[in-house]
Amino acid sequence: MSKHPHLHDHEVILEVKNLRVAYGKVEALHDVDLTIRRGEIVTVIGPNGAGKTTLLASLMGLLPATGEIVYMGHAQGREREVETLVRQGMTLVPEKRELFAEMSVEDNLLLGAFDRYRSGHRDQMETMDEVFELFPRLEERRAQLAGTLSGGERQMLAMGRALMAKPKLLMLDEPSLGLAPLIIKEIFRIIAELKQTGVAILLVEQNARAALQIADYGYVLETGEVSLSGPSAELAADPRVIEAYLGLGHKTR
Amino acid sequence: MDLQILLLLGQDGITNGAIYALLALALVLVFAVTRVIFIPQGEFVAYGALTLAALQAGKVPGTIWLLVALGATIAVLDGFRLLREKRYAKLPPLLIFNVGLPLLAAAGLFALPAGDLPLWLQVTITMLVVVPLGPMIYRLAFQPLASAPVLVLLIVSVAVHVAMIGLGLLFFGAEGSRTPPFTEISFELAGAPLQGQTVLVVVASAALIIGLYFFFERTIYGKALRATAMNRTGARLMGIPPALAGKLCLTLAAAIGVFSGILIAPITTIYYDSGFLIGLKGFVGAIIGGLASYPVAALGAILVGLLESFSSFYASAFKEVIVFTLIIPVLLWRSLTSRHVEEEEE
Amino acid sequence: MIRHLPLAAFVALLAAGPQWLPEFHITLLNYIGLYAIVAIGLVLLTGVGGLTSFGQAAFVGLGAYTTAWLTTQFGYSPWATLLIGLALTGAVAFLLGFITLRMGGHYLPLGTIAWGISLYFLFGNVEFLGGHTGITGIPTVSLLGWELKSGDEFFYLIWLVVLLAILGVRNLLDSRQGRAIRALKGGGVMAEAMGVNTPRTKIVIFLIAALLACLSGWLYAHLQRFVSPTPFGINMGIEYLFMAVVGGIGHVWGAVLGAGLITVLKQWLQDWLPHILGQSGNFEVIVFGIAMVLVLQKARDGLWPVLLRLLPASARQRRLVDAEALPRRSPAAAGSVLLTAEGVTKRFGGLVANNNMSLSVQAGEVMALIGPNGAGKSTMFNCISAVNPASEGKIAFLGESTAKLRSRDIARRGMSRTFQHVRLLGQMSVLENVAIGAHLRGSKGVLAAALRLDRGEENRLLAEAAKQIERVGLKEHMFDAAGSLALGQQRIVEIARALASDPCLLLLDEPAAGLRYQEKQALAELLRKLRGEGMGILLVEHDMDFVMGLADRVVVMEFGEKLAEGEPEAVQRDPKVLEAYLGGVE
Repeated sequence: MSKHPHLHDHEVILEVKNLRVAYGKVEALHDVDLTIRRGEIVTVIGPNGAGKTTLLASLMGLLPATGEIVYMGHAQGREREVETLVRQGMTLVPEKRELFAEMSVEDNLLLGAFDRYRSGHRDQMETMDEVFELFPRLEERRAQLAGTLSGGERQMLAMGRALMAKPKLLMLDEPSLGLAPLIIKEIFRIIAELKQTGVAILLVEQNARAALQIADYGYVLETGEVSLSGPSAELAADPRVIEAYLGLGHKTR
Repeated sequence: MDLQILLLLGQDGITNGAIYALLALALVLVFAVTRVIFIPQGEFVAYGALTLAALQAGKVPGTIWLLVALGATIAVLDGFRLLREKRYAKLPPLLIFNVGLPLLAAAGLFALPAGDLPLWLQVTITMLVVVPLGPMIYRLAFQPLASAPVLVLLIVSVAVHVAMIGLGLLFFGAEGSRTPPFTEISFELAGAPLQGQTVLVVVASAALIIGLYFFFERTIYGKALRATAMNRTGARLMGIPPALAGKLCLTLAAAIGVFSGILIAPITTIYYDSGFLIGLKGFVGAIIGGLASYPVAALGAILVGLLESFSSFYASAFKEVIVFTLIIPVLLWRSLTSRHVEEEEE
Repeated sequence: MIRHLPLAAFVALLAAGPQWLPEFHITLLNYIGLYAIVAIGLVLLTGVGGLTSFGQAAFVGLGAYTTAWLTTQFGYSPWATLLIGLALTGAVAFLLGFITLRMGGHYLPLGTIAWGISLYFLFGNVEFLGGHTGITGIPTVSLLGWELKSGDEFFYLIWLVVLLAILGVRNLLDSRQGRAIRALKGGGVMAEAMGVNTPRTKIVIFLIAALLACLSGWLYAHLQRFVSPTPFGINMGIEYLFMAVVGGIGHVWGAVLGAGLITVLKQWLQDWLPHILGQSGNFEVIVFGIAMVLVLQKARDGLWPVLLRLLPASARQRRLVDAEALPRRSPAAAGSVLLTAEGVTKRFGGLVANNNMSLSVQAGEVMALIGPNGAGKSTMFNCISAVNPASEGKIAFLGESTAKLRSRDIARRGMSRTFQHVRLLGQMSVLENVAIGAHLRGSKGVLAAALRLDRGEENRLLAEAAKQIERVGLKEHMFDAAGSLALGQQRIVEIARALASDPCLLLLDEPAAGLRYQEKQALAELLRKLRGEGMGILLVEHDMDFVMGLADRVVVMEFGEKLAEGEPEAVQRDPKVLEAYLGGVE
């Protein structure tokens, strides 16, 4: 596997080696390697059906996987449970957002801090103010039911809810999915801003250009394998990325 | 029929209806959060009433042995898992909660003259002995099947009900019990006597419903339960484990059941198997609410109570037939009005 | 012949039973037989169909009380009362089923609990039915002039019924209707898309289960010659379900095993538990309840499969009979328009998944629908096949509007589809799965299947299924369980299943996902051939290589709307398409 020097020399938050995930007999992910450091945005881009969502689900403990996963310096055993990972500061904003539709924006946010509350922290109101600072739109809608929000607001709420847990690693699954260009721009601006807080961000995107613009490092996932990786500026200029998306490149293989 | 009889029957209906409403709420809650149709809900009513009766008779209620046995089973099952996974730090709390406390409670029951204690203390002891059975049963019977289809969970639920009926007979015998009323006060309402106990039941039920409302609307744990009911995956990602939600939910359901049992114990004679029919009447209410709406379920339950009391006056032998046949038109109405989109169930 | 040996031995033992078994054992066997008849119905209903009932005891009671009352009060012949009982039970079951089966699966069991309780109280409180004391003096039954007076004699009648019920249900399951019943468990969507009338099928199995229960009740009444409400209460209804589950809810013989186990165990526990516990009462229910929980947790399929594993595996390969090919529908003229969709809009609450989408498919062309994740492609598929109909817009198939059609009606008109998430019945063989696709090309009903009067048609259906399996290149997997295949191959099985319906329009949702390179080539070859035969193909696909090499025309979707349409090369070079796929922020 190629060893690209990372741009930052920060503490490694997550290191994955030889990750494999299989649905029955079909391997959805094959030998994926990945490194994420503190304060870094790493993006995984790739066409539809390449296994991006599977990657996040397996990292979050929603799917069983084999391979080596080292999170915050601790090798992860086989019993990876979502709840434990949440406690250790890993959060996932899923593709479907998974909001609590019949609850207010405020209650959705509050539940984002459920595990912190359960482990004795009582700072949820302050965290909520920080989230509102980041997403003023959510403060305007704080009493509204989540199910009545627009697509962009839903994505903001999903991200805000994840931030309520004060994560060390924030994983975002296609935050641009189904959103209009202007809103995508806004969301990506906020993601770039989050970087300043020191949280490591793993951004899975189909929208390659937008993702590469804010990311430090990128991986291209194609049919379950990492086909390309490198600093995002390099990837953005690589014609093979376009080929991967539009199926122009395989004919010579 | 004159006004007096009307008032008497209405009083009766509303008293029973209030209890059914409590049970209906518990059933809707358990179904929404865990997808379990909780048939044993009624057994908690009987266990509550009969445990209190046993305490008042100065006997050690058999339910304590069930508490000890279930606790020990959980300690063994979870203890082995913790040892295998080398998570030793979790062992002491496991043992304290599942073995230590039940044994302490058992010892306490033998040492204390339970029959001479004040009523509120007897009620507290009853709650402490019976309510923990709820989460324990969740752990043993339902948690290993958390992802099973509703149908399998329903069959398990019926199996638990059947076992609890048998155990109820073992603990309390075939004789029924009735506890003395909490209050002897009696009022008069438009010429009809109004029992203090009746008022107490209605007030206590209303208070409990309001308390539940606050729990769900104002506390983070209540919100977490609602969140689990709305979106299981979303809740898991927030670190709300389904097992925690399940146990919390069955604790509430058990508490509601036991509390209802204590409330009606002075009004009607409770036998070891009385709970089933009482619980099912709550069910009819819950089904009127489509197993989803709390207010409709509560209103439905009160309707069941009224229907029962009026039919017991006109055709007492067919009381149960009438109440349970009511479910047919209710289901017909539900099925004609609901547009059920079939979800895939693996 | 070898595989019939255990059965032959079992029947021989049964036939000889009354000669050497003590009377008590015969009585026990009589009860086991009576219970088994009810449990067989539950196997069909719960194990195969995925529905359940706790009220079977009430149907038993209905059968028993009908004959008891009519024979003792009015002197009817037991054979006449059997028919009356069956008719009455059928009517009640139809009503209950009609009401509850339209809703979620759990309303039927809840409805049956309520019905079981009310009927029990009705029996106990109606004076002319003898109240809680019941009805005595029920006459004996005569069979061809032979009066069945003793338990020994009745034994033969009971077990004859058991064996016939087993035979009938097994025959039924191994038929066109049987496959439709088995398809219910995979969720109604697939079955409906293959043309199965699922509400009707559900009611039919509920009726069969109820009628078997009623038959058991009739036998019970004439064996005991006395009825009272107790054996027909809800507890017995629960016990019947336990029997079926413990024995093996998916297997007809599991019902007999379960009935035997529970009956013997109950007898034994009722003798011993009161001694151990020092009290008398029905304490066996404690053991039953706990055992049920354990069975469902540890061995959800019950004990019969465990027993089967002990026997040497019999590689049951079905012999395919050469049969006359099924008639085919007349093909559409090449180039004629098969499907048009105009202005299709689909809303989910406030979310617009499809907005003003239009497309058309002609005979003899491959039309590809592509677009980024979440663009609404599968939603469009579901609108077209009426799995989840459109909110607005016009869809016409073969010139006829599909607005009022259900997905099974559309299937009948010649549209067939595959699913993005494979919907096969994993336990069933590939052959049987594919044969579900040919459902609408047969017409034999439940009764014909149970009596094996459907073999001619059945052979033709299976031959057709085999032909399609061969065609997609899975011949060597024909008798394997569908679930044992790789996911990519399962998608191909879905295509074979769709082809078995002899469609003129094929809808394929991501057919190439999970396939290896050579397999993709083979699939593309097959689709080209189908196109050559004049079939219209509409496909959603992520693999661009696959799409671009195959499609005649491409429609690109984004945000639920049509972004571009045209020939593959042109679309590939369209800057808007590039934008949609790679995204842009400036």
